[in-house]
Amino acid sequence: MEKFTTHTGLVAPLDLANVDTDQIIPKQFLQKTERVGFGQHLFHDWRYLDFEGTKNNPEFVLNYPQYQGASILLTRENFGCGSSREHAPWALQEFGFDVIISPSFADIFYGNCINIGIIPVKLTDDEIQQLFEASEKNDISITLDLPAQTVTCGDLSFSFPLNEFHKYCLENGVDSVGWTLNKIDLIEQYEAQRPSWA
Amino acid sequence: MATTLYEKLYNQHLVENKEGETPLLYVDRHLIHEVTSPQAFANLKFHNRPVRKPAQTFATMDHNISTRSVEIDAAGAGAANQLRTLEKNCKEFGIKLFGMGHKNQGIVHVMGPELGITQPGQIIVCGDSHTATHGAFGALAFGIGTSEVEHVFATQTLRQHKAKTMKIEVTGKVGKGISAKDIILAIIGKTGSAGATGYVVEYCGEAIEALTMEERMTICNMSIEFGAKAGIVAPDQTTFDYLQHKEYAPKLDDWDEAVALWKALKTDDGAQFDDVLTLKGEEIKAQMTWGTTPGQVTSIDSVVPSPDDFSDPVEKDSCIKALAYMGLTSGTKLTDLTVNKVFIGSCTNSRIEDLRAAAGVVGEYAKQGKTVSDKVDAIVVPGSYRVKAQAEEEGLAQIFIDAGFEWRLPGCSMCLGMNDDRLEEGDRCASTSNRNFEGRQGRGSRTHLVSPEVAAAAAIEARFVDLNADFNY
Repeated sequence: MEKFTTHTGLVAPLDLANVDTDQIIPKQFLQKTERVGFGQHLFHDWRYLDFEGTKNNPEFVLNYPQYQGASILLTRENFGCGSSREHAPWALQEFGFDVIISPSFADIFYGNCINIGIIPVKLTDDEIQQLFEASEKNDISITLDLPAQTVTCGDLSFSFPLNEFHKYCLENGVDSVGWTLNKIDLIEQYEAQRPSWA
Repeated sequence: MATTLYEKLYNQHLVENKEGETPLLYVDRHLIHEVTSPQAFANLKFHNRPVRKPAQTFATMDHNISTRSVEIDAAGAGAANQLRTLEKNCKEFGIKLFGMGHKNQGIVHVMGPELGITQPGQIIVCGDSHTATHGAFGALAFGIGTSEVEHVFATQTLRQHKAKTMKIEVTGKVGKGISAKDIILAIIGKTGSAGATGYVVEYCGEAIEALTMEERMTICNMSIEFGAKAGIVAPDQTTFDYLQHKEYAPKLDDWDEAVALWKALKTDDGAQFDDVLTLKGEEIKAQMTWGTTPGQVTSIDSVVPSPDDFSDPVEKDSCIKALAYMGLTSGTKLTDLTVNKVFIGSCTNSRIEDLRAAAGVVGEYAKQGKTVSDKVDAIVVPGSYRVKAQAEEEGLAQIFIDAGFEWRLPGCSMCLGMNDDRLEEGDRCASTSNRNFEGRQGRGSRTHLVSPEVAAAAAIEARFVDLNADFNY
């Protein structure tokens, strides 16, 4: 995973609650055995007018000309609910999103984002509303400062919660498997006291 | 200090709890399938790392297999590639695989419990959000992403924060004809689709204790549909009776030792939960979703709601969008809605008791000479080869076939439509599965989640049916 410190980018406002991972990446695209090739199918059923994905839906916000190149997704509550498919954050990342800002995330999705280096930013409903209102007036860009745990948009600046260890891993691009393998003695000690039938 | 069952399970699995790091928990069972494992195996190989405990890892094929053929190529080239990749990986890393047509093959959350791989007191993970199913046994079970699958492969551990705790008590007794599906949908109707995000839920109370293991699995299975990390039911004699003599359950002296330990797995008197929700069993009616999240649910004897019924602006907006997608008009009686597809199956409702319940309704209609409507395509997909064999032996399969249902081979099937079991645009489906998201069962399709009994009746009447009112069930 790459190291993450700060990021400034254009915001795409997706004004929907309960966006589920089936919407983010529909099932027909889950048959790959690699981690790449998902970005082109992000939000497939909303982005395209046809099943084959050849006709862009001009009414879908990510297809608006002004949001091309957006790297920050602003959205509503319970983002990423449903299936545990990590293909959903893979698709978001490959499409170009490095940051997702929402009042709340589904647990598994939140963890999946952290594990691949997308920053899930939780703000209050009121703060989210202020950002949506700002984005209605003008296209906005936001700067995320990971060490300071803040997002700044013009005069608006909000801090967001982030677990200390998650922050450390993101800032340092930690290989989490390698990190745990360094603790193999502790794992062996635990295993030694498990019942033989367990 | 008095602690909850969840806290006991969590604490018993702590490998390390170091300041500044997310606590490290031991994983007893890792279940895998073809869709969320290939990238994890690929990374293991890239780093030249082995699977730490292959014997604690079990694989099956379920998500994108054909339900018409046991041939690996029957569900298309992409599916076949994933299935063959799983075969190759399991062989290379020494993992037991229940592949195409194996007597133990089945939906991963049906297979684990019925073989006794799932046991009380364990931490069980799988790259699938419905892993919460296994919580029915008093295990801490939850879905994980592919990076975490890789972490478990390599280390047999996972990093997990302690979740908040929620007690959901269902008091008294549920009425006649009210299924476990109705109980869990009624719970989700109360909490909303994200009401338990950040929580592990313990289901308890007289109505829960009275449930069989299959019914408890239906309840725990849908914990994720209101955001919960996991759902748990404390193990009791019902649990032990179900598990004893199962293929992978402890045997002889080990069994006695295990049961003694499992009996201690319960929330202490006086333990504090962060949140408590209580439902009266007597008040729970048959449920049906009307919208595009499982939280958009109501009792089947009511009407399609109106956006004005919601004061919260986000809920109101979600209602407007859901009604448009679902093609519904506020105020329409739910039992006036017609269906043209019926799906009985999925890790929520494909076990033997689900099939018995559905076949029971079909049998009652058969007495009146009624069979599946010619306006409806209805499929029954058993959860595993064991369920299939048992249903055939009990004569349930024949009841379905005689009534005009298609009796398919086991798999996840139309719950998510990764194979060719998909709805067409505009189809309206009575489904016993767990998700009614936009496009879940096929682009532009409309899913209503119901119990197996209601799905069976809907196939015959080509509309939703309040079995208590219309059928004197």
